[in-house]
Amino acid sequence: MIQAVAPKIEKNYLNEKVGLLSWLLTTDHKRIAILYTFSITVFFFIGGFFALMMRLELLSPRNWLVSAETYNKLFTMHGIIMVWFFLIPSIPGTLGNFLIPMMVGAKDVAFPKLNLLSWYIFMLGGGVTVYALFRGGVDTGWTFYTPFSTTYSTTYVVAAAVGIFIAGFSTILTALNFIATIHSMRAPGLTWFKLPIFVWSMYANSVVLILNTPVLAITLVMLAVERIFTVGIFDPALGGDPVLFQHMFWFYSHPAVYTMVLPAMAVISEIVPAFSRKPLFGYKAVAFSSIAIAVVGFLVWGHHMFVAGESVYSALAFSFLSYCVAVPSAIKVFNWTATIHGGSVSWDTPMLYAIGFIGLFTIGGMTGLFLAALGLDVHVHDTYFVIAHFHYIMVGGSVMAFLGGVHYWWPKISGKMYPEGLARLSALIVFIGFNLTFFPQFVLGYLGMPRRYAAYPEEFQMLHVLSTAGATILGVGYVLPLCYLIWAWHYGRDATPNPWRATGLEWKSSSPPPTHNFEVTPIVTAKLPYDYEAMKEELELV
Amino acid sequence: MITNFRLWPESASSVAGGVDLLFLILLVVCTAVSVGIAAFLIYSAIRYHRKSPNELGTQTRYNIPAEVTWTVVPFIFFMAVFVWGAKLYFEIQRPPDNAMSIYVVGKQWMWKVQHLEGQREINEIHIPVGRPVKLIMTSEDVIHDFFVPAFRTKQDVLPDRYTTTWFEATTPGKYHLFCSQYCGTKHSGMIGWIYALTPVDYQRWLTQGAPEGSLASTGEKYFHQFGCANCHHFNNQGRCPDLRNLYMRPVLLTTGKTIIADDSYIREKLHDPDAQVPWGFSANVMPNFTGVVTEEQILALISYIKALGPQPGTQEPSSSGAAPAEYGTQKGIGGPGATSNAGSQVEKR
Repeated sequence: MIQAVAPKIEKNYLNEKVGLLSWLLTTDHKRIAILYTFSITVFFFIGGFFALMMRLELLSPRNWLVSAETYNKLFTMHGIIMVWFFLIPSIPGTLGNFLIPMMVGAKDVAFPKLNLLSWYIFMLGGGVTVYALFRGGVDTGWTFYTPFSTTYSTTYVVAAAVGIFIAGFSTILTALNFIATIHSMRAPGLTWFKLPIFVWSMYANSVVLILNTPVLAITLVMLAVERIFTVGIFDPALGGDPVLFQHMFWFYSHPAVYTMVLPAMAVISEIVPAFSRKPLFGYKAVAFSSIAIAVVGFLVWGHHMFVAGESVYSALAFSFLSYCVAVPSAIKVFNWTATIHGGSVSWDTPMLYAIGFIGLFTIGGMTGLFLAALGLDVHVHDTYFVIAHFHYIMVGGSVMAFLGGVHYWWPKISGKMYPEGLARLSALIVFIGFNLTFFPQFVLGYLGMPRRYAAYPEEFQMLHVLSTAGATILGVGYVLPLCYLIWAWHYGRDATPNPWRATGLEWKSSSPPPTHNFEVTPIVTAKLPYDYEAMKEELELV
Repeated sequence: MITNFRLWPESASSVAGGVDLLFLILLVVCTAVSVGIAAFLIYSAIRYHRKSPNELGTQTRYNIPAEVTWTVVPFIFFMAVFVWGAKLYFEIQRPPDNAMSIYVVGKQWMWKVQHLEGQREINEIHIPVGRPVKLIMTSEDVIHDFFVPAFRTKQDVLPDRYTTTWFEATTPGKYHLFCSQYCGTKHSGMIGWIYALTPVDYQRWLTQGAPEGSLASTGEKYFHQFGCANCHHFNNQGRCPDLRNLYMRPVLLTTGKTIIADDSYIREKLHDPDAQVPWGFSANVMPNFTGVVTEEQILALISYIKALGPQPGTQEPSSSGAAPAEYGTQKGIGGPGATSNAGSQVEKR
């Protein structure tokens, strides 16, 4: 290895090669993670902009800012971008890519070139979708319900579907890569039950993605075939069945909801032990609960159709299974909480996000119990109650976890420390802004405010104004980290290899790591995961 | 200006109280648990806050009794909620036998309502309080959803099939009707009002409306206009079945299967006449009426066939094409009692 000229700067994955091409042609999982980070950040702020426009429009009961037509496109584009181009690829594409090889002690993922291809496919899908959005947009809602999407909508439905279809291949390839890496590239001594829970969760997540994404792909193909060639599949006027689409879509999309939150659970399961300096409580229960979520998550899709004319008996079965899938989530919440109890708890930014996550995820999960209760779902179905519920899971859960994870591993990724005070303040702003935005929506929902309304009766206005006020605060909370993390990338204090004194293999490498991650292949001798006891001396802990 | 600010919805139907009770109980339990978890989290974060930079937490990994407890206890609680929610759902989904029927057709972006008495309304439904009302609904285009928050009731309205919902208003008043399934550009404009009237006011409203005739009599007009009467003679002869005494009765099919001649079956015959042909009759006889009759006309035709209820011979329906004056007022013929009448006939068999 050639030493750098300046003695203080060692060669690492960031500075070993320079220039745009070195990034665009890289097969280094860490650099690909950075490419994903850049892409999903752009998509997040596009989707966020649409959300902000919606919230502004909803300040008034009448259409004062945008027309109903534009509003319908805004919520559709917000959904499409956030679900397929932010939430699903966010943690796997960025932290998953960066960390899975490091956590298993490998030099890279199993198929590095495939990994780069994933990113290009993702960008191609994103490009096509963004093209559709800016050419005139789509107004079907992210759920593409038929026969509206196939026969009635006059917008760019097929283009958006093509974009999502393409991006699906990226998802499948990344998942495949992770599964192969976790199976075949673990360091000597690193058995399954010594793996960090992050790896377990990402493994479960990858299995779900490989199984459900093709269902989405075929559903979108059928949608496009009906729309282009007027073949009757879903439109009853052509001899199709509109509810068939809902079955297929939710057979994909309910597991997809879990692929948005399993990676978040993965991150939280790392942050909580690291900032409590304690092994994750109930490791095996947490590991198997991820698998349980992955399996049972495939059996609950019908709970999206309790008022769609489903038979009462299938509704009964889906309600029962929905309660079953709530159990592993509850197990995780209790285990995280028990991990904090009796730990050496620091209040660093990642931990603030993690504690916020546990609280908000609990509320999100609990309100799922309301929705799974058949008789109650009839009233709150397709209202703001549902919107609030899944935003508690996806924004209060997944986005908080993503931000927590980015802060936790930032020293490893960038080699720099972020400004702690500002970061804590941002976490607080995000938490307050989030609750102010979405809590009023539970009340709105129970009052009967339907989803996807560009205009609404006056009595709902007060709560909408509160929600919009919260959204502006939340917006500040999201822009702040973007600013100070970019600042820290250039001007932050240099990070030590293991600033948090955590146990994972990724912390045994330098910050930022060298291109091949480890100077020597690590050999795992610890008997247990998160083994602070065994690593006491090494980590200088008493 | 902000008016009518409220935090709790009006409740004006017989099921609203039950839904609210389950919601409140869940709210209390879930709030207690959430607050408990949050308090424990905050307590732990403060109580075990790191005192020195080199401090290590206690290295507990498992506590099997605790883990079993927090797996089993939530599961039992979930099952209790499941059973309660399911009971409520069955109540909400099953209309009582004595419910009066109203037909609803959704289209982009309005609700079209037909009463058996002949009244037609758009985006408004007048109903009496204290009496179960069953809605038989379909859509002319995309999927809509009939949602009345004050009644805690909601049902998707699908093209090409009938879905039903029911409610019994308990308090007279004016209540929001929302379309709650996204249906296109003016989705948020597909709203209307339910007017729940006292029985006296409802009777007054019925007589004020002065419709041309009952829905069944309108259906009879269509029965002649579309040429149905040319084949479907009321004498049990000819190439087409006698439609008297058909509604909600079992029909033996050429396939050997038996089907109940309900609204959906009659509707299907108009769109796909060669499917499910009754035993003793042949396919390729009845023309396809797709694109010829509208959903509203089909509902009127069904209402007419329903009114052809009496046993053969006891009542000879008019075949003149003119609406008989007694339609809509006569018990069992298109009047408010029609559904219950049909229902009881099924039970008798």
